[in-house]
Amino acid sequence: MNYKKMDEKDIAFLRDVCGEDRVILGKDIPEDYCHDEMEGQSAAPEVMVFVLNATEVSLILYYANQKKIPVTPRGQGTGLVGGAVPIYGGILMNLSKMNRILELDEENFTLTVEPGVLIMDIYDFVEAHDLYYPPNPGEKSASIGGNVATNAGGMSAVKYGVTRDYVRGLEIVTPEGDILEIGGKIAKNSSGYSLVQLVTGSEGTLAVITKIILRLLPKPKVQQSLLVPFQSLSEAIQTVPKIIKTKVIPRSIEFMTQDMLQSSEQYLGRRFPDHTGNAYLLLAFDGNSREEVEKDSDQLAELCLREGAIDAFIIDTDERNEAVWKPRSSYLEIIKASTTDMDECDVVVPISQIADYLEFARKIEEEVGFRVRSMGHAGDGNLHIYACRDNMDETVWKEKLDEFFTKMYTRAGEIGGKVSGEHGIGIAKRRYQQKLEGEDIMRLMSRIKLAFDPNGILNPGKVI
Amino acid sequence: MNIIVCIKQVPGTTQVEIDEKTGVMKRDTGSAKMNPYDLYAIETALRIKEELIDVQTTAITMGPPQSEAVLREAYMLGIDHGILLTDRKFGGADCLATAYTLSQAILKIGLPDLIICGKQTTDGDTAQVGSELAEFLELPHIACVLKINSLTNRSLEGVMDLGDFTQTVELPFPCLITVDKEIYEPRLPSYRKKIATRDRPIQTLSFSELPDQNPVHYGLDGSATRVMRVFPPVHHKQNQIFEGTPDTLASEISKILIKMKVL
Repeated sequence: MNYKKMDEKDIAFLRDVCGEDRVILGKDIPEDYCHDEMEGQSAAPEVMVFVLNATEVSLILYYANQKKIPVTPRGQGTGLVGGAVPIYGGILMNLSKMNRILELDEENFTLTVEPGVLIMDIYDFVEAHDLYYPPNPGEKSASIGGNVATNAGGMSAVKYGVTRDYVRGLEIVTPEGDILEIGGKIAKNSSGYSLVQLVTGSEGTLAVITKIILRLLPKPKVQQSLLVPFQSLSEAIQTVPKIIKTKVIPRSIEFMTQDMLQSSEQYLGRRFPDHTGNAYLLLAFDGNSREEVEKDSDQLAELCLREGAIDAFIIDTDERNEAVWKPRSSYLEIIKASTTDMDECDVVVPISQIADYLEFARKIEEEVGFRVRSMGHAGDGNLHIYACRDNMDETVWKEKLDEFFTKMYTRAGEIGGKVSGEHGIGIAKRRYQQKLEGEDIMRLMSRIKLAFDPNGILNPGKVI
Repeated sequence: MNIIVCIKQVPGTTQVEIDEKTGVMKRDTGSAKMNPYDLYAIETALRIKEELIDVQTTAITMGPPQSEAVLREAYMLGIDHGILLTDRKFGGADCLATAYTLSQAILKIGLPDLIICGKQTTDGDTAQVGSELAEFLELPHIACVLKINSLTNRSLEGVMDLGDFTQTVELPFPCLITVDKEIYEPRLPSYRKKIATRDRPIQTLSFSELPDQNPVHYGLDGSATRVMRVFPPVHHKQNQIFEGTPDTLASEISKILIKMKVL
């Protein structure tokens, strides 16, 4: 794709729209804005512009579309697949200052926000009103715009689903500059194609999101977790389909391994409260009464004991939650700190296939020769499998990494899995996505992209 | 060897609402928990039990009947016996009256070799009950213990936190210690133990069973202090925004952390 190099006229236009202070040029753009949390992928935009409203977004996109200047939207830059990296230069459209909570509608159970609001601020705001926004990604400093753009998942998906399930409506700006309201504060909608669902998870390639209407739930009054130690990871994982069959639906079913907990103790400087298991399931429950939650928790504790669990520990206070959930939610930082370089496979497979797939990963570890560590959402089949370089030579590492990903994704495809459960495709997983989805599906996706963005100016080089 | 651990039920969250007019804490009985510092006391008792032979552990709590929940939790952690000290006459006790009531209960059941308390509770925050209890029982004691260096059937050697320095002290049994968070990582309540102890009885003690039958020594009458007013502290939150290059910002943050004595 040939894009126009930006010149003085283009910069003058941006300054005209946003004012001098919000247009940052060349060397004045901090390096932090040239990458996201994915390692090894960095590119500088020609201009970074902080936008404040949909009109500014519209004017800039209309202009960029006319001039064929690439535009990359960016929130907090916490993505893991290079989705916000401006690989073709052009304009980096920074939406982080569009961070107002616009309206809480307690009659319709919706919250209307701008895309730059952090999800941790959403939690604080709605919970103060006894309401609940269930999606629970690990990175709480992410912006909601980024969460919607990647259809972020997280640790509450077993019971509550993912970000997609909580997006009721959007205000978007198309690459041609049209400001559109799609969806709304409505619970049901069979009115034609669901553009809301299409834009959600499109990673900034179809439109720029400027307003989000989120669906809320009443806040569950009681929460409790169970930490269940097992002798082996396979024993733990094989218990998961049996848990699902009971029809008790925990909010989360996560798995962790002892070596991960040892790394977490070093990283967090705090001892984990149990060391009896080589692998753990971590189950979370919520509900409106202590009795209801305890009944579910006890039922699954019994099941786990029957399936060979060493014990089931009850996590029922803030202090215990902190001690047990902190290592789980900090694992990405923990694994990063444990090695020289790493990359991640955010694969999703059918729940019934998790045990076999993890065993497959273990065998691949022997073949590729670097350290492979796994953890993740056992209850929804979304696994995080980390390749850790440690002391491996860089050239060998890159070759072996490609071999590793190719084998892992090929296997995932064979058993009905997909490339990404929650991080998205970005730049990092495009090649594997194309291979796994096949030509016909990728062609259809390209046509959808073309319908929204005929000149291909919006976040080029991502997803398709 | 016998060990008694003193524990207390406290509100389950730090976000406690207080009625400013009446000064009464709005207690939601559904969100109560064991005082977090008491978990360190229980853990200390259980570690001693694992180290020495023939150790019996008893948890005692004073409070309304629903405080039984923390004794059940103590069972789930591995404590052998539970005693609930409950009577309307104990209501309104300050730390002095609480310590006195506990001392009477301990005299009633028999002085153990070691009494362990958490350093403080998270609702009262006075950190006085442990030491006052030791005084009533005329026991040697050390507070804010960070570490137990050594332990025999006759004595223990503990390290006390005295703010800017620590002091290592050997205490002969019987004695009392209050423990701080650094001592051990508390274990988690076990479902297996919950099932195994479901029918284990909890002993109840009331005023009529205590050696001192003078009611003015208990509850509000036995308290040396009166709460004049209880109110949530006003939170002053001031944000300061710094702008500049990463190097300038790092330098600014470093100066602030040094000023705050974090570094």
